[in-house]
Amino acid sequence: MTDNTSSTEEPLNPVRILFSKPWIWAFVAAALTFAATSLVAGSGAGSLFYAALTFAAFSAIVGIGQMLVITLGPGNVDLSIPASMTLSATLALKFMDSETALIVPGLLVAIGVGIGCGLVNFALILLLRIPPIIATLSASFLYQSLAIWSNRGLRIKPPEPLADFATGGALGIPNVAVIGILLAICAWVLLERSIAGRWISAIGQNLRAARLSGVPVNAVRFGVYVNSAVCAALAGFLLASFSGGANLNMGTEYMLMSIAVVVIGGSSIGGGNSNVPGIWGAALFMFLIVSMLNSYGLGAGVRLILTGLVIVGVVALASRKGYDV
Amino acid sequence: MSFGPVHALRAATLEIAAGECIGLVGHNGAGKSTLANVINGRLSPTQGAVTYRAGDATLTNGQKAQASGVRSVFQELSLCPNLTVLENLRIPFRTMPRKNWRRVARQKMQDALDLVFPGHGIKPSATVGNLTIAERQMVEIAIAFADRDSEPSLVILDEPTSSLDAAIAQQLLDHIKRFCTEGGAVLFISHMMGEIFDVSTRIVIMKDGQIVDDQPARNFTRESIVDAMGHVAPDDTDTGATRTAKTLGAEVVRAENGLNARQGEIVGLAGLAGHGQAEALAQIFFDHSSVWKSSGNPEVVFVAGDRTRDGVMPLWSILRNLSLTTLSEFSNRILVDRGKESDLVQNWKQRIGIRTDNVSNPILSLSGGNQQKVLFARALASSAPIVVMDDPMRGVDVGTKKEVYQMIRDEAAKGRSFLWYSTETDEILECDRVFVFRTGHIAAELSGDEITEENILAASFEMQEAAV
Amino acid sequence: MTGDRLRLALPVLSLAVLLGAVFYLQPRAMSYFGLNLLFNLAIPVALATIAQMMIIMVNDIDLSIGTFVSFCACVTATFVHDTPLIGYAILAAAILAYAGLGALIQFRGLPAIVVTLGMSFVWGGLAVLILPSPGGASPEWLKTLMSYKTPLVPIAVVAPLVIALVVHLLIKRSWVGVILQGVGGNDRAMERAGWSLVKLRASAYGLAGLFGVLAGMCLVGLTTAADANIALRYTLLSIAGVILGGGEFVGGRISPFGAVIGALTLTLAASFLSFLRLSPDWQIGAQGAILILVLAVRLLFVRKEAAA
Repeated sequence: MTDNTSSTEEPLNPVRILFSKPWIWAFVAAALTFAATSLVAGSGAGSLFYAALTFAAFSAIVGIGQMLVITLGPGNVDLSIPASMTLSATLALKFMDSETALIVPGLLVAIGVGIGCGLVNFALILLLRIPPIIATLSASFLYQSLAIWSNRGLRIKPPEPLADFATGGALGIPNVAVIGILLAICAWVLLERSIAGRWISAIGQNLRAARLSGVPVNAVRFGVYVNSAVCAALAGFLLASFSGGANLNMGTEYMLMSIAVVVIGGSSIGGGNSNVPGIWGAALFMFLIVSMLNSYGLGAGVRLILTGLVIVGVVALASRKGYDV
Repeated sequence: MSFGPVHALRAATLEIAAGECIGLVGHNGAGKSTLANVINGRLSPTQGAVTYRAGDATLTNGQKAQASGVRSVFQELSLCPNLTVLENLRIPFRTMPRKNWRRVARQKMQDALDLVFPGHGIKPSATVGNLTIAERQMVEIAIAFADRDSEPSLVILDEPTSSLDAAIAQQLLDHIKRFCTEGGAVLFISHMMGEIFDVSTRIVIMKDGQIVDDQPARNFTRESIVDAMGHVAPDDTDTGATRTAKTLGAEVVRAENGLNARQGEIVGLAGLAGHGQAEALAQIFFDHSSVWKSSGNPEVVFVAGDRTRDGVMPLWSILRNLSLTTLSEFSNRILVDRGKESDLVQNWKQRIGIRTDNVSNPILSLSGGNQQKVLFARALASSAPIVVMDDPMRGVDVGTKKEVYQMIRDEAAKGRSFLWYSTETDEILECDRVFVFRTGHIAAELSGDEITEENILAASFEMQEAAV
Repeated sequence: MTGDRLRLALPVLSLAVLLGAVFYLQPRAMSYFGLNLLFNLAIPVALATIAQMMIIMVNDIDLSIGTFVSFCACVTATFVHDTPLIGYAILAAAILAYAGLGALIQFRGLPAIVVTLGMSFVWGGLAVLILPSPGGASPEWLKTLMSYKTPLVPIAVVAPLVIALVVHLLIKRSWVGVILQGVGGNDRAMERAGWSLVKLRASAYGLAGLFGVLAGMCLVGLTTAADANIALRYTLLSIAGVILGGGEFVGGRISPFGAVIGALTLTLAASFLSFLRLSPDWQIGAQGAILILVLAVRLLFVRKEAAA
């Protein structure tokens, strides 16, 4: 103990510091797949980059919500994200009815639906003490039914300016990506610098100890679940505006996607530790891997298999050996 | 042997012969647990070697230890709560006969429990998760002494009595003596001097990772041990005198079961372990704090005794662990005030003597006692008028204890109230008023000169003897 | 002990209530043929739930069981039917792959949710490769087995209970099962006692793979054909079944009988909804509502248990 002065500061090496961050691997993987795709794809790397930013934005937005939920600790995961996306998009587009004047109220409707879904989710978790996985899952069945009932197979177009906004961009960056990046910055500030962020992490490590240390645990969990549903609602709203209308399957792929980007992004699935930049790296990677396989002309089956193997491979390589309990 | 960023063990040589009971003492972080882990083969020394009675050279230290009958019971419980008592015996008993294994396990478990803790009342078919902490500890100790693949030859007990009450602890001590007379060896780590002197034939004292003294027990006195451990034993101030001189304020807290405290008072919760004291304390904390909003001036703070379950945030640094409770107290903004946080932590690191070079080291790099100091600081840093302490001195060395006692007395003099559950009598004697718990209820309320070991014991046992 | 019994009482009770409601609505269902129809798909669902239970037993969750069962169904409907030797070899390899995953998860300390999530793509992709469009045919013996007429009570009810009994003996009574449960209860203690967590987790996953394969085969035996998406909903159904049956996500607390009864309840819930002539819009929602309801009742049970 006495001779323990050996922890002298190592020389600050920016590259080394960068590579000690768990989220860097997601960006490395994204860059590699980007390079591999650009080599084959005839179209320019610019348009691929633009498309990647656009589609990654949707995954990143839901991923940020999911990340905070997963940070709350083992068993916390929001499986209602696809249903919340679909329901809020359906109701908002129905409300706007393609009227330009109703864009802002429509956005508020979407966010309101998100808040509602978050409320129901957390009410089930808190009042019925149902494990979050089951609570959000069973609630998502309800949302899905509501969406089916209100949609009735109609496809309502989004108001034109909104569609233009969702598909447009400035300075080579798509608008949806700007929103996604802004949200990521907010999430980073929340987790790294705010008191609430400390609380979220504390709950994720040990709920009982957090409670006994005076953390308002229910308020924090409530906020996190509502936030997740609102993120999903916002993503659903943007996605529906982007793709010319809501449909009932629009959210399906985002259930797995939201979890995948969190974990590939370097956050701990066991809770307590999260990585905001990694969300974007992983979201870009997840889009690029599919377009890479597409550009190599592989069929759906092979594409699925390789996507899966890549997820497993990335997680296996990125994890430190040994396990933390 | 390096442990975290600190060298936990240096130049330690120890030989244990059959029939010996070695009492191992030392302050927190002296390297007792590390030494025990090197002996049972869980850790490998970076230099030097461990030799065992059995097992050839090809085996790892862990396997050799197992083959030689080295068994250990540690502070962290190592039972599977989802399994029954008899099924838990199956886990270390790797070569149990496969036919009728349940009957064998039931019999062996029953025998082991009867041997160490006669009249224990634990059923081998009970699920461990439904047992009390004390019962689990008893099961764990019994498994260590049980007849398994090999006979136990050396049993390492690390604070085995921490959650046992006096009567059960005495049964254990008696068994250790019996076991050693029959040729077994025990390495007994404890902070309870009485127990050390009761069972040890030889006492080994550790300090800063080194063995500083190793002699037959009769050569020691309590004072000489404390001296050798490196802490100057402060002369006992007369607690009785300070107690009577005190003027107490208005009542600040009263629970449904009658538990109450006045301003500036140190209230002790005594009685046998597991008789509802911890629950009563947690209830007071829950009743006076909110799960929905965080207060800038909290009413009550909590010092955990069960660190892993109730206190430590394992992924965090010492700094973040220490500042958790006071985050919103010292910053009414949304963001963490990092300057203030750092000042606060440095201040408390000095005041309570947390042994670390850098407060941004992970909390788990500290020894148990030092982690406990962080938890103390977490709570005492707050301005909350009521401090609830759930047996917070588990695994804390004598020197630190004295310092903490003084700190508690000073804080009480400034008008804070303490509710203090302790399993150790000398801590209870520090209190102004004592509630003795028995089977979840308050059996007696003692104050002033009534607070004596005899009165507390009488109140803890009275009814039980009548009922038998 | 009594707590464990209470845990089992709730799934039994909810099954009974649901069954009563079905009989009330449709008295004709109260017959050999009716029961067979009601519990039509109970056998594969029960097997998939048992598979999920093996994973939950070691504190993990398997998000790929649905696609895995689909994959096994596709293999059964094609290779096992056409070239049995190759078919069985593929299924055996799939079980080994599952065990390998368990070993990998333990060895590298990976989050099971993500690994199985990734594997769900792999199994799905393989299923699409094997059977790009719905089709195939069931091996004759499977079809015969699945339509076997047991006396008094139809096989769709008898078989799940037999499965539960076998798994109960394996997991709850045998020493192997005790050791496997220990992984969920306290893995560090297991490691200290010298057990190889890699081997144990691999065994648990291997068992899950085995029951997944059986679920896929039985499913083909019942439907006599397969497609790549045939069992996708089994992932969620199986998790819900285990939890409904009194299982916990952490701590290795599971009950084979509970899980199978949970699976039966969920199967019945689907049939019950069609009896109600519910608008298809609301069927999914009603399934969610039933799940919530049962869990709410469970909460009351647990409270009573805590009070007792």
